[in-house]
Amino acid sequence: MSQTSPTPKPSDADPPALAVSLTVNGTRHDVTLDPRVTLLDALREHLHLTGTKKGCDHGQCGACTVLVDGTRILSCLTLTVMHAGQHVTTVEGLGTPDALHPLQAAFVQHDAFQCGYCTPGQLCSSLGALDELARGVPSHVTADLNDVTFSADEVRERLSGNLCRCAAYPNIIAAVTDVHAAQGAQAAP
Amino acid sequence: MRAFTYERARTPQAASHATLPAGAKFIAGGTNLLDLMKLDIERPTHLVDLGDLNLRAITGTRDGGLHVGALVTNTELASHPRVKTEYGVLSRAILAGASGQIRNKATTGGNLLQRARCPYFYDTNLPCNKREPGSGCAALTGLSRPLAVIGTSDACIAQHPSDMAVALRVLDATVNTVRPDGRERALTLDGLYRLPGDTPHLETTLEPGELITGVTLPPPVAGTHVYRKVRDRASYAFALVSVAAILNGKAARFAFGGVAPRPWRVEEAEGVSVDTAPGRRASAVIDRAFEGARPTAQNAFKLPLLRGTLTAVLESAHGGQA
Repeated sequence: MSQTSPTPKPSDADPPALAVSLTVNGTRHDVTLDPRVTLLDALREHLHLTGTKKGCDHGQCGACTVLVDGTRILSCLTLTVMHAGQHVTTVEGLGTPDALHPLQAAFVQHDAFQCGYCTPGQLCSSLGALDELARGVPSHVTADLNDVTFSADEVRERLSGNLCRCAAYPNIIAAVTDVHAAQGAQAAP
Repeated sequence: MRAFTYERARTPQAASHATLPAGAKFIAGGTNLLDLMKLDIERPTHLVDLGDLNLRAITGTRDGGLHVGALVTNTELASHPRVKTEYGVLSRAILAGASGQIRNKATTGGNLLQRARCPYFYDTNLPCNKREPGSGCAALTGLSRPLAVIGTSDACIAQHPSDMAVALRVLDATVNTVRPDGRERALTLDGLYRLPGDTPHLETTLEPGELITGVTLPPPVAGTHVYRKVRDRASYAFALVSVAAILNGKAARFAFGGVAPRPWRVEEAEGVSVDTAPGRRASAVIDRAFEGARPTAQNAFKLPLLRGTLTAVLESAHGGQA
């Protein structure tokens, strides 16, 4: 090799902070942060949007699920600097106490939570999953990969990455099913 | 998490060159790497983000196959119209793995390079030759139930965790790479993955800085495509065993997951006992493909489980074709 890049020094000293712009719930934020800051920590500790929850911080529980450019991902397993210029939606961007998102209203109506800690992740994950279903993204339980249809089994499989220690699963499925039915009614001519 | 510096690469070759310094690593989806960095198992001093590279396309090849860019997400690959229709085993394998959120972020290249899920690799208080070369293997005499039964060594019995890679192996996919000097090459999956031997920390044959740019699928293989995964819970769990199969009359291909340090396929086993009943045929295939297996007392169940799983695959495909 004729060229050599400088070898980064192994060090536990703080690396240089990096400037990142991202849009969260429609508002643009310019932040300067350590490259180690996960998207989850940026939301909670830098932007003080504490709706998104830190459960396991290792991608096993789904509590930190957010939508990035409309797609659900785990905010604990991604760095903020990887998302420059992207649009993030958190639970704070779904509805307000006075004007709940239909899925939030369905969670209340169906008693789809007890302690509520997993709920922001369940909400964002459910919205992402409903969108994936509508776009024909198949799942492990889809019988025909080219014919994706809504069912309780599909919801169970698609939300398997969101744990609920209170085990409100049947009620979560009922809430998501209601919202899916309402979406279908709206879409019908 | 330890400190690292960060840059975004503009071209594959620039990315390849940027990771030449010791301690530098690529990051694509990050779903495995960041977990391991938080646990102090991966300790990169410099991350080269591949996110801006133009490696997100799935395109037809001249011979009728398919080229999949390294940054295509697992969801995109499993949902692609041609993959669903012509490479069903690949869609099925991907959808059997991880969760929706992870499949939305994890990439094709990253899936291939994910690290072992051995509990001793993850526990930094215990010896692991893969994590700390020369420290020993606590799994050999420990909780080995999920681990490999063949292709292992006295230094390591970790199994490869990917479902996707098992389907790619049965499809005879090749892995495309570029090296820091711009030279490209194509590797089979057996050419990509090393068996552990006495160097289990070296998992692939990739050279320093070598970047996976994509995966090439040969023209579709006709037949019934099946991926059957057996695990401890119905969703979001790694395989105890899995079978990727393409069945077309007497012709058959089988690759096995959850049982070896890489997707396990023995072509010579595929033609045995094709005229016998599914159970006998499955036994003959497994006996041949797993000749020399060295299971532990805790994971010896994987061989009969694999026989039963392959029998079920053969029976269902037979029923489906009747």
